[in-house]
Amino acid sequence: MLHEIISAGFGGQGVLLVGQTLAYAGMLEGKEVSWYPSYGPEMRGGTANCTTVISTGPIGSPVVSNPTALVAMNQPSLEKFLPTVKPGGVVVYDQSLVSSNPALLRSDVKMIGVEAQQIAARLGNSKVANIILLGALVKAAEPVSLTAVQEALKMVLPVRRHNLLPLNYAALARGAEIVA
Amino acid sequence: MERRLMKGNEAIGEAAIAAGCRYFFGYPITPQNELPEYMARRLPEVGGVYLQAESEVSAINMVYGAAGAGARVMTSSSSPGISLKQEGLSYIAGAELPCVVVNMVRGGPGLGGIQPAQSDYFQATKGGGHGDYHLLVLAPASVQELVNLVREAFDLADKYRNPVMILGDGVLGQMMEPVTIADPVPVASLPAKPWATTGAQDRPANLINSLYIDPLELSAHNAKLIAKYERMAREELRFERYCADDAEILLVAYGITARICRTVVDLGRQAGLKLGLFRPISLFPFPYAPLADLIAEVGVNKVICVEMSAGQLVEDVRLAVEGRVPTVLYGYPGGVVPLPAEILSRIKGEGGANGVRRS
Repeated sequence: MLHEIISAGFGGQGVLLVGQTLAYAGMLEGKEVSWYPSYGPEMRGGTANCTTVISTGPIGSPVVSNPTALVAMNQPSLEKFLPTVKPGGVVVYDQSLVSSNPALLRSDVKMIGVEAQQIAARLGNSKVANIILLGALVKAAEPVSLTAVQEALKMVLPVRRHNLLPLNYAALARGAEIVA
Repeated sequence: MERRLMKGNEAIGEAAIAAGCRYFFGYPITPQNELPEYMARRLPEVGGVYLQAESEVSAINMVYGAAGAGARVMTSSSSPGISLKQEGLSYIAGAELPCVVVNMVRGGPGLGGIQPAQSDYFQATKGGGHGDYHLLVLAPASVQELVNLVREAFDLADKYRNPVMILGDGVLGQMMEPVTIADPVPVASLPAKPWATTGAQDRPANLINSLYIDPLELSAHNAKLIAKYERMAREELRFERYCADDAEILLVAYGITARICRTVVDLGRQAGLKLGLFRPISLFPFPYAPLADLIAEVGVNKVICVEMSAGQLVEDVRLAVEGRVPTVLYGYPGGVVPLPAEILSRIKGEGGANGVRRS
């Protein structure tokens, strides 16, 4: 079992947190994991991405050519990484932030568009859009269990933010529900 | 033992503290800043000293002083900062003092960039500063190995009274992986250093020095150092073979590039190519004989040296291969990490060249 997941978007949307949560969840399940962020002179509003590898065996490269799954939170990220996703892979993207261009989509991967901004607004906090997408990804690609993700969120969120756990669990569940 | 998800840079800090390191002197530079940050937070909790110097030059000379006084001491930086430390490293090697130096390499020359590179190989393994000396250089390929080698580095530094360098890169420093860190060494249990300048009250004075005006004395000192490096070459060779036993094409790579090449080997084997990997872990001493033996014992017909530099490791590989089989360089300098697929397509002859980058 080898999952190679790229999470990408604007800085500040929580794309690195999506990857870290997956890595923690994989570790909690006793798997091998690696998490590698893009780093550089990045600024608020610039692009950011990270690569998370989850495997039952030793992990070779922590950087990947062809991910098995992609979480894209903006148009440039979808344009950049969609062509690299393995056929049969899973692509979860924020439909609210990506213009619907049929030429951009692929038929050989499972494309899941999520109105993450709207759903997050209905949940009362636009900052959980990333967790909604994470829920959809975990349901569709099953790199880890949703229970492990819930446990992982306790480790990723600082203790002083644990009052936000119920909101995050709700966001996770809403994301998962979207995937049939 | 507890598995923790840690960034490479932070894991180095915790491993150093567990090894009994109580002194850290440094100066900030990307991509290793999480290490001094971690030390600034953690060292005071264990009764240690973290000090941000006014420059790399003073940081390495603080290391010189603390090492001379017998402390387990560490500094870290990235390429341009390590260049500034070369004079101090030469003095520390000349004065035969133990310390651990971490270089999380970024692209160069000059200020270069902040992305991962391996272009400090020559500087790390061939001396770096002036004079005939070597650092003992270890190149981990995972965060767990980083932790293990940092622990070992302090013991090796004491064993040889010589600086030990951990040669990493931006990927290793920034990535997170699960690690277990061995129980801390009680500082009081560390071996005594009777040569240290600790205040001569009931013994003859000790002297920490690298100045030998008399050429006969200096050449005798050089002979002693050379004997030490020869002993390292006998006792400290570290390397790993992966799928090498029936390899026809042998990749040679160290550090994070070796991890990438491990995936290249797996992908290549799925496509019917008999690829193998030789990974030097000790870069000085370099495992020349184990690499030569491997090529002799297995039917390797081509060696490909993959490095994130313009051709540095390849020179040691060629010294080991001695022209027995063709040895080519896949060099990726400048801070862009090669992806497994692009290395594989180059092996298959489908394009790619040194210094030519994907977007």
